[in-house]
Amino acid sequence: MLDATPKAAAKTLVSVRGLKMYFPIHTGLLRRHTGDVKAVDDISFDILEGETLGLVGESGCGKSTAGRALIRLYDITGGSVKINGVEIGQAEQSVLRPMRPTMQMVFQDPQASLNPRMTLASIIGEPLEEHTKLSKVEKLARIYELMDAVGLNRTFANRYPHEFSGGQRQRIGIARALALNPKFIVCDEPIAALDVSIQAQVVNLLEELQDRLGLTYLFISHDLSMVRHIADRVAVMYLGKVVELSPRDEIYADPLHPYTEALLSAVPEPDPSLENTRERIILKGDVPSPANPPDGCNFCTRCPKVMDICRKVEPQFIEVMPGRFVACHLHGQTNQTTNQKPAG
Amino acid sequence: MTDIPVKPADLAKVLRPPRSQWRDVWDQFKTHKGALVGFGVFIFIIAFVLLGPIVWRISPTYINPNVVEMIKTRNLGPTWDHPLGTDQLGRDMLARMMAGGKVSIAVGLTAMSLSIFLGTLVGVLAGYFRRLDGILMRLTDLFLALPLLPLLLVMVMLFRDALASRLGVETGTFLLIVGAIGVTSWMQCARIVRGEVLALKEREFVLAARSIGTPPRRMILRHILPNVMSPIMVAATLGIANAIITESALSFLGLGFPPDFPTWGRLLFDAVDYLQEYPIRVIWPGIAISLTVLSVNYIGDGLRDALDPRIRGR
Repeated sequence: MLDATPKAAAKTLVSVRGLKMYFPIHTGLLRRHTGDVKAVDDISFDILEGETLGLVGESGCGKSTAGRALIRLYDITGGSVKINGVEIGQAEQSVLRPMRPTMQMVFQDPQASLNPRMTLASIIGEPLEEHTKLSKVEKLARIYELMDAVGLNRTFANRYPHEFSGGQRQRIGIARALALNPKFIVCDEPIAALDVSIQAQVVNLLEELQDRLGLTYLFISHDLSMVRHIADRVAVMYLGKVVELSPRDEIYADPLHPYTEALLSAVPEPDPSLENTRERIILKGDVPSPANPPDGCNFCTRCPKVMDICRKVEPQFIEVMPGRFVACHLHGQTNQTTNQKPAG
Repeated sequence: MTDIPVKPADLAKVLRPPRSQWRDVWDQFKTHKGALVGFGVFIFIIAFVLLGPIVWRISPTYINPNVVEMIKTRNLGPTWDHPLGTDQLGRDMLARMMAGGKVSIAVGLTAMSLSIFLGTLVGVLAGYFRRLDGILMRLTDLFLALPLLPLLLVMVMLFRDALASRLGVETGTFLLIVGAIGVTSWMQCARIVRGEVLALKEREFVLAARSIGTPPRRMILRHILPNVMSPIMVAATLGIANAIITESALSFLGLGFPPDFPTWGRLLFDAVDYLQEYPIRVIWPGIAISLTVLSVNYIGDGLRDALDPRIRGR
C-alpha cells in the first residue's frame, strides 16, 4: 500500500518495512534482560530514486537510530530493508561489504566523524582503498576530484582534521561519502553542528551534488525550515514511530497528525506581521520513555486532540489521501473498528 | 581561506603529493628538545655497549689466575688501567659495564616489546570484540592475581635446564628471562588499552569506517591502534625500566643469568655487599640504568607528541 506514491513513475530505491531497533536493558546483579529501549519501533517507508526524504522529530525520537539502522550500522532487531532491490535487513556485515558503496552516510558531528590521526587525503581515500583497486596516482586524482566537487582547496590534502573549520570538516565528510559514487546517502543532521551561514553552504552543496550526481538522500534533521527547503517528502517521527509521511508542500500547508501540527507551529515566521498571528501549540508534559511507551497511540499522553480510543488502540499507519500517510485515529475512520494492533 | 585562486604554475609548487606520515613525525620529533637529548643519550649508551668492547678489549670475566696479583687488584678505585675500577675479584668494571649493558638493554627492550605486544593484543581484542571481552579480561585478572615472583621462580626452575641444553646457556637463559618478564607484565597495558578501545569504538569515525565497510582487521590497524598509541607509548617506556629491574632481581635470586655473567642488575647487587667501603661500584650501574630509563622515557614522550597531529607543528 505504501508504494502508491504520487511519483509512482520513479523507481523505489530504499524500501523499509517494519524496521525495529531495540536496545536491550539489563538490570540487577545478574544483568538480566528486563526490557528494551524501543528506539525505532516498527517503521515503514519508501524512498524513491532521486528524491530527498526529510526525517524530522524532536531529539531522542529515534531519527538518527533509524538512519543508522537503515544502512545497517547496527544489527537491527527486526524488519526488512531493501536497498536497490537487495534485502540487507538481516545480512551479515561481511555480506554487506560489497553493498556498502551504494549507501553512505554523512555524520552529525564533523569533528567526531573524522579520525584525528589521518590526513584529509587518507580520510577521503579510505573508501577507495577499501573498495577499488586504483593505483596510487589514480587514487590521488580521484581524491582531488572529490575535493574539487565539495569545494575544498587541493592544497589541503596533507592537513589533519583539527586544522579545519566545522564547515570544511563537514565537506570532508561529504567528500568521503561521495567517494564511491553512492546512490543513497543518509545525512544524519549534517548541519546541526554548524553555524547558520555555513549551514546554507552545506545544504546548497548537498542539493547541487544531488542534481549533478542523481543522489537520493534521507535527510535527518530537527530543523524544520531546512527540511522544507531541501526535502521532497517529509516523514515525522515521534517516540520511535513514523506518525506522518507526506509530500513537503502538503505537510507544511496542512499537517494531518496533531504532533506534526504542534511541531510545525514552532517554526518561526520570517514575516513579523504574520509572526504575531502565529498560533503556537504548546505540548504539555514530557516525551514518555521509549523503554516504556504508553498503551495505544504513543502520542496520547500529550495530544491536544486525544480521544478515548487513542489510549487503547494503536493507530495504524495508513494512506489517507494519495501520497499522504498518517498514523492517527482522527484520520482513517476504518481503522477504529478493526481494533487490532499491527504485528509487533 | 577556502578558495584562493592559484595559478597553474604555482599549483604544482603548492600541491605536494601526500607525504609519508613518518616524515611529519620525524620533523616534529626533532623539535622536542628533551626527546632529542634522550635519543642522543640512548644512542650513546647503545654505542657504548656495542662498540665499546671493540675498543676496550679486556674480557669482562677475566680473573687474574695468579692469586696474589688478583688479590692486589681487587676493589681498586679508578685508575688508567681500570677507568671504572675493579670488582671484588679484580675484574675490570668498564668491561663488565659494557657486557652487562648489552644484556640488560637487550632484555629490557625485548621483554618490553613482548609485554607491550601481548598487552596491546589482549587489550584490543577484548575492547573491540564483545564476545572475547569477558574471557580475556578474566584471564588478565587471573594473571594479576598470580604471585609473580613464585611464578617466575617456578618457570625458571622448570624450563632453564631444558632451554639451556637446547639453545646454550646464554641464549636459553635470555629467552627464558625475556619470556618470563614479558608474560608476567602485560596486564596493566592490556587494561589501559581495553579501556581506550572501548571509548574509541563508540566514536563516530569508527562508525563512519563501518559504513564504508572496513573489515575489523583494518579498522583496528587504521583507526583504533593509532589512537591508542599514547598510552601504549607510556606503558612501553615504563616497561623497559621495569624489565631491567626485574631481570636484576631474578639474577639476584640466582635464577637469572649465571653469577659470572655480567648484567647491570647483577653488578648492582654484587656491589651492594660492599656499599659501605666502595660506594662508587653501586653508582656506575645505577647511573647506567637510570640514564637508559630516563632517555627512553624522553624518547617515548617525544614520540607520543610527534605521533599526535594535533600537537604536531606547535
